Formats: sequence, C-alpha cells, structure tokens
Amino acid sequence: MTLIPNTGLIDTSKSRRRVPLLIVCAYFLVALVTVCAILGAALAPYAPETQRLLVGDKPPSALFWAGTDLLGRDVLSRVIFGSRTALIGPIVVAVSGFAIATLLGLLAGYLGGVVDSAIMRWVDFMYALPGPLVAIVVVGIIGGGYWIAVAVLIALNAAPDTRVVRSVVLEQRPRPYIDATRALGISRWRILFIHILPNILPLVLAYIILDFAFALVNLAGLSFLGLGVEPGTPDWGRMLYENRNILFSNPVALLLPGAMIVLTTISMNVIGDWLFEKFTK
Amino acid sequence: MQGSALLRFILQRLAIALPLLVIVSFGVFALVHLAPGDPARALLGSRPSDPATLAAIREKYHLNDPFLLQYWKWLWQVLQGDLGTSIQGGQLVTFAITQRVGVTLFVSAVAAVIVMTVGFALGMLAGFNRGTRLDRAVVTLSIFGISSPAFVTGILLLYVFGVLLHWFPIFGAGHGFLDRLWHMTLPAVALALSVMAVLVKITRVAIIRELDKDYVVFARARGLSRSRIALGYVLRNALIPVVTAAGVIVVALVASAIFVEVTFALPGLGSLTIEAVQKRDIPLVQGTTVVFSGFVIIINLAVDLTYALIDPRIRYGKAQS
Repeated sequence: MTLIPNTGLIDTSKSRRRVPLLIVCAYFLVALVTVCAILGAALAPYAPETQRLLVGDKPPSALFWAGTDLLGRDVLSRVIFGSRTALIGPIVVAVSGFAIATLLGLLAGYLGGVVDSAIMRWVDFMYALPGPLVAIVVVGIIGGGYWIAVAVLIALNAAPDTRVVRSVVLEQRPRPYIDATRALGISRWRILFIHILPNILPLVLAYIILDFAFALVNLAGLSFLGLGVEPGTPDWGRMLYENRNILFSNPVALLLPGAMIVLTTISMNVIGDWLFEKFTK
Repeated sequence: MQGSALLRFILQRLAIALPLLVIVSFGVFALVHLAPGDPARALLGSRPSDPATLAAIREKYHLNDPFLLQYWKWLWQVLQGDLGTSIQGGQLVTFAITQRVGVTLFVSAVAAVIVMTVGFALGMLAGFNRGTRLDRAVVTLSIFGISSPAFVTGILLLYVFGVLLHWFPIFGAGHGFLDRLWHMTLPAVALALSVMAVLVKITRVAIIRELDKDYVVFARARGLSRSRIALGYVLRNALIPVVTAAGVIVVALVASAIFVEVTFALPGLGSLTIEAVQKRDIPLVQGTTVVFSGFVIIINLAVDLTYALIDPRIRYGKAQS
C-alpha cells in the first residue's frame, strides 16, 4: 500500500481495545457542527442576517457573546448558521467525487489495457494542474457562486481518488475469489459491482471523510476570496472575507470562524485516518 | 545504454508536459468564452458600449474568426511574449505581472527555505525516533498543519504577532531587503506552515521505510555506528521520495501564496490574480494564469528530471516508469 500515507497519529495497538480520546473529541465536534447545521435556528441567539448599523463592530459582550460585525450582525449566530454551508458543500463534493472515482478506478484497475492508460493519463493531467488556481479562475470567471464551486471541486477531487481506488482494485484482482467468479462465468459488471466493490467500500468510506476535509478547506478558501457563497450568506470562509478589516475592533469575528474551519477539518482528518488504519489492519 | 535510458525518460516526461501546456493554454484562452454573455462586452470593461467600439474589440481580439483560429492567433501572440492589455487601466499585462512578481517570488522563496529546513528536520527527527513521544508530537503538529489553511493561520499570526504583540507590521511589502524581510516574515511563516506538513509526512514515512530494510539490519550487525547508518545510508536513500515530492510542494506553495497575499494585502502575483478575477479583467486573468500554470508545469518537469539524475535505478534504465 505505497499510495496510502500512514500518519502514525493513532496508536493502533491501543485503538483495538478502545476508541482513543482524540477520536471521541473529533466525533463530538463533528456532531456539534451537525447539530448546529440542523437546529441552527433554535440554537442561535439572533437571526444571522439582522443588521444593527448603530451598534457596528463591537467586541464580545453579555448581549453578543462573540461580538458583532461591521453591519452589527451577531457573530455567534452567523457562525452557528455557517455550519450549513460548511457541511453541505463538502458532503456533496466528497460523495460525488468519490462516486466518479470509484467507477473510473474500478474500470481502470479491473479492465487494464487501453481503458486503464486512458484514465490514468487523465489522472496525471489533473495532478499536474495547480488545483486551487483552476478553481479560483473558473469560479471567478463563470461567477456562479457556491454550486459552481462545488462542481469544480468535484472535478478536481475525482482524479487523486481514482488513483487510490485503482490501486486497491489492483490488489483485489489476483485474489482467488476473482478467479472463482470468472470460472463461474459471472459477467464483468457483476464482478466489479457485486464482488469487488463491497471489498473496497470501507477504504472508500475512510477516503470520503478525508475528501470532506479537503473540500471544506477549499470551499472556505473560495468564500474567503469572495468567490464562493452569495454575499450575505452566513459562511465561515465568507466571514473571514467580510470581517478582514475589523481585526482590531472585534478579532473574535475572524478568530471564531477560522477556528471552526480548522477544528472541523482536523476532526475529519483524524477520523478519516483512524478509520483508514482500522480498515487496513 | 545509460544515455539512451535517460534520454527515453526525458522524452517520456516531455511527452506529458508539452501536451499539458497546450491543453492548459487552450483552457486559459477559452476563459473569454466561458464568461457569461458576449465576450466582446466582457472585454469592453468600463468603456462606453457603442457599436463602433464593440466592432473594434471584435477586430482586435479576432472574435469574428472561427474558434480554433482565434486560439491559434492568441497562442502565437503569447509565445511572442504579448499577453495583451488589461481592461482596467489599459496597462500591458506583461508590465503588470513584472511589477508584482517580485513580492510573490520573495515570499515563496523565504517560505521554501523554511519548509526545506524546518520541515525536513522535523520529518527526520520523527522518522528516526519512530513511536516515541517526540514522533507523536511532530505527527500531531503536522495534522494541525495539514488542516489549517494558510488564510486562517495568516489571520491568527496577524492577530498574535501584529495586533497583540506589535512585533511585526500587519500590511505592506516593505522597501529594501531587510525591511522587506521584516514585512514578509509573517506571510512566509503562514505559507510555510500550510505546506510544511506535507514534507514532514513524506520525510518521516521515507525514513521509516528505509529503516525497515534489510541493509540497515546488516549494517548494524556489522557494527557500523548509528550516525554512519543514519547519515550515510538511510538519509541518502530516503532523499529520493522527498525530492519527488518537491513538485507537490511547489504546487502547494504557489496555490497557498495566493491566499497568503490576499490575507496580508501583499502586492504580489496572487493578489493581482484575485483582483483581476473580481473585476472580470479577462486578459489579466489569462496572463497571470499562464504564468502560474506554466511555472508549475515547468517545475514539475524539472523535478522529474532531477529525480532521474539522482536515482541510479532510472539512470541505468532499470526502473519501469
């Protein structure tokens, strides 16, 4: 398994016995963000778009726990509502990116030959592109906002994932059960999707979670450049863009969404790595 | 025999890099038509729109020609070093780029030095001390590094060292070498932190993989000193995957530089690209994209060739790739 990085963060000898504390924390944080995304309206102290121009940008107080931004909007409420775009886009990117990658990776790995080399040339090509730059330029010029950004990230994400799936399929191919299915005269498609796919699904799941982290950072990055979500949407990356000039008056308006981006990404990376090591043992 | 194997490898890599340049240039050219609406109007910018001006723009950008002919004419101009004029302000795109590229090169170079020294040292430290607390600490730090985008790290650094401690200036590029270095410290550190984790990870894994090999056991059995084994054999062999990763690292540096420049309001090529994208200044976007992606492709090619030169398996034609 040369392609797959072993981060060594999780002590696997212990993880067999019980779930490490780090993983528990990561799961807890992801659960918290999910709850915020679903029950945002019930949890947030104010409506995220209510403007109080007379209040302006104030540091945290008893009324506004995380202070307010330039338009007097409550930062805490905006961070809570921001968990929606922070979850939905990355989920769509990770799942659909991997669906494409799984299909292409299965085909490339199992069929080999011309199909394999065609798919792998495409992967090489995508690898050589500076991904974030492509996303910035395409999203910026089309000017399509959030969902165009999601679509571009799916395209960029599918290539490295295809390589991963292919390498796993190549490992399955010489196994006796594949020979057995062939000897039984089972069709190619049935072998691919009924026999090989279930064997590689756990790994795919671990990678989907790692892809989620990648997509979260990239979508937040586009929003930070003012290119992702529509203006006015409560979004962590967008908050960093809108509040970049109030670092002196209310630093929490930048530090809180920034911390949320980093913490959610770390949690996803840690969970993904942990699942990965669990499944490869 | 050796020469021909090396030559074949170089030709193989060129066979990937050259079509890539063509495809990328085609994509960049197609940006004009990707923008919503009439390309002539997109290229008009803030000038008054009357039929005569529009016709002049169509003429100037060859918009009346068939698509592929337009591309060919555009590519021919680019190959001669003519990237057109910016819509906003009417500046030559090449001039705008040469004015801004210095800051980007400076900050990326400082960041690259930090990544190569600190990142490599940390990876080595973790790799040679596998399984210890030190290893675990480095790995945990690198997970933080991988998960923290440069714009968040940048804001945190700005807040702590600029606003709270007043150690570093919070915007501007500075004049003269030392002043510039002072202004660029925080941006370079933010850039380095976001990229370093990749190198730490690769170095650590490469060293661990080498330490597991039989020749290390044999060398130990023969009584060679630890430092001799580490520096003379393990490190040298571990360098190969690290050098291969240089391409990934350069791509990451270039991409993160865009975010760092915007975060710290530095007048570099990255912030120029973002300004151009926000103003829909298509010739300027095309220009900076050509420079960025050309740079990335050429660096990747150079890395592949270096790899061929340092890895004897490729030099003697034994590698399969």
